[in-house]
Amino acid sequence: MSPLNLLRSYTRKNNTNVAEVFVRVSNKSAEIPLFGSKVAAGFPSPAADHIEVRLSADQYLVKNPTATYFVRVKGDSMVNAGIYSGDVLVVDRSVEPSIGQIILAEVDGEFTVKYLGQNQLVPANSHYSAISFDEADTVALIGVVTGSMRKFP
Amino acid sequence: MIRTIALIDVNNFYVSCERAFNPRLKHQPVVVLSNNDGCVISRSNEAKALGIKMGEPWFRCQAIAKQYGIQALSSNYALYADMSNRVMAILADFSPQQEVYSIDECFLDLTGFEKKDLLVYGKSMRERILKWTGLPVCVGMGSTKTQAKLANNIAKKNIKFNSICNLYKVVDEEKNHLFRAMEVGEVWGVGRRLTLKLKAHGINTVLDLKQANPTYLRREFGVVMEKTVHELNGTLCIELEEVTPPRKQILSSRSFGYSVRDYQSLAASITLYMSRAAEKLRSQGSLANLIQVYIRTSPFKLDQAQYSNSMTIPLATPSDDTRQLVKVALLALKEIYRPRYNYAKAGVSLSDIIPKSSIQFDFFASPENSSRSTALMTIMDKINVKMGRESIKLASEGFDRPWQMKQGSKSPNYTTSWKDILSAQA
Repeated sequence: MSPLNLLRSYTRKNNTNVAEVFVRVSNKSAEIPLFGSKVAAGFPSPAADHIEVRLSADQYLVKNPTATYFVRVKGDSMVNAGIYSGDVLVVDRSVEPSIGQIILAEVDGEFTVKYLGQNQLVPANSHYSAISFDEADTVALIGVVTGSMRKFP
Repeated sequence: MIRTIALIDVNNFYVSCERAFNPRLKHQPVVVLSNNDGCVISRSNEAKALGIKMGEPWFRCQAIAKQYGIQALSSNYALYADMSNRVMAILADFSPQQEVYSIDECFLDLTGFEKKDLLVYGKSMRERILKWTGLPVCVGMGSTKTQAKLANNIAKKNIKFNSICNLYKVVDEEKNHLFRAMEVGEVWGVGRRLTLKLKAHGINTVLDLKQANPTYLRREFGVVMEKTVHELNGTLCIELEEVTPPRKQILSSRSFGYSVRDYQSLAASITLYMSRAAEKLRSQGSLANLIQVYIRTSPFKLDQAQYSNSMTIPLATPSDDTRQLVKVALLALKEIYRPRYNYAKAGVSLSDIIPKSSIQFDFFASPENSSRSTALMTIMDKINVKMGRESIKLASEGFDRPWQMKQGSKSPNYTTSWKDILSAQA
C-alpha cells in the first residue's frame, strides 16, 4: 500500500483528518504550537508567521531562574514598602545588594526582609526600629527582593 | 596537547542543602538519613568529627546522637534535585563542555583556559555557587579526570588549599608528599576490593600506584587499572561524557515503614514501584524486555521467620506501558508471595533495555495497539507532570499506604511546593 493510501485508510478508519495523523506520527511536533494544523489542503493561516510566545508572569518577574527563590512574608514591618503579610517575594541571590534596596537577610539564624541601610536593616513601618549589624551575632545578606506577588481570594 | 579538566563537587551535599534553607543547622552536627530513616547518607563536618560513619545504620548511633545532640533529617530528594540542577546550570556557564557525573559533582573541560589564572577561575566558580545557592563547593583541577578527582579530594582535606587545588601548579615535591599521604583507595575507580588486591601487591598509597609499572598492572588487574595509572601521570585516557548513556537497568524499590503481611498491600507497592520505573523508562525513550520482582522480610529481625524470593519474567514484546508491565509484575508477585511473613521490602527491576526506535514486533503483536498505548502513556505522563505526581494512576496502586516510608523529619520542599516555600519575617 502506498503511504498516501495508508493515510487515507487511516483517516477513514479513525474518522480524523490527515493533519492530525502527522501530529501523532511524530511525538515531538505536538510540542510546538500547531497553528498550521489544518493547513494540509486549505489556505494558510495569515497569522502563521506571527506566532509569538504568550506572556508569562514567570518571565516578567524572574530574570535569573537559577538564582531565584520565592519567600513568603510573615509580619507587617514592611507595609509602607507595599509588602504585606502573606505576600510571596521574588528573591534574586545573584544581584549584589546595595543600600536602599529591599533585601532578604539572615540575622542570627532567622530570615528577615528589610531595607538595606548603612550597617543596618531598616523596616518600612514606624512601629518597628532598625536592626543595627552590631546588635546581631551574625548577619548575612542573602539576596535582593526584585518583585512581589499577591493573590486575591 | 595538555588538557585541563576540573571536578567540582558540593561539600556534604544533602546536609548543605538543608543548611541553606535552615541556617540554624549551621555549625551543628547534622546527618541526613536514607529512605525510611535507615542509614546515614550525608554528614556535616561536625558529625564526621564525632566519628559517625557513612552508611552507618542510624539506630546504632542513638547513644552518641543523644550525647552530642546530633540532628538527623529524613532525605528530601525534591529539594536536593532542584539544588543540584541550579549548581549544574551555574557551572555550565564556565565551560563549553560539562559532564554531570552525579547529583553533586560534575567535570568541566577547561582545556584552552590555561591563559586565565585557573585558581582565580576556580575561585569564581566557588563564589558564584555559594552566592546563588548557599552551597559550598570544592574545585579540583588536573590534566585528566582521575587527577581532577584527586585534586578535589586534596582541596577538600587540606585547609591550606582554600577549597581549590590545581594539581598542575603543585610542584612535584609537594605532589609526591600529598600522594604519599593518601591511601590508594582514594583514587577514582579503585574500590574496596581492588584496594585489598593492590595492597597485596605492595601498592598502598596513591604515590605507589602512580609510580607502578602500567604493563605489569595491566597483566594483573586489566586494562582499566592501566588507564588509571596513565591518568594519574597526566595522560588522558578517559574522555568527558557529555550525554549520559541511557540506563541499562532501572530499579525501583523501598523498604516499608511498617512490615506488610497481606498480598493486597504488596501488590499496591509493586504497582507503585513499577509505575515509577515505567515513567523513567519512557522518559529515556526505552523499552524493557525483562521484568524482575522481589520481596523479602527484614534481615535485621532475626527472631522472625525469614523469607525472600524473586522472579524474572521476559516479555513477549518489549514494552514501556505501565499497564502491561504492572500486569506481568503482579503475575510474578502472585507466584512468589507466601502468606504469614512480615515483609519489609519489595522492589522491581527493568532490564534488557533497548531504545524504542529499534523495536522488533513479534509475529502476533499488533502495531496499532502499540501506538494507542504510546498515546495513552504520553498523556498519562503529561497529566502527572502538569497536575502533580500520581494525579492519575492505576487503581491497583491503592490509595492509602500504611506501609509507606518513614520520614520522621523531612524538611519542607522549599523550592518545589508553594505551601512549603521559605518564610521570612518582615
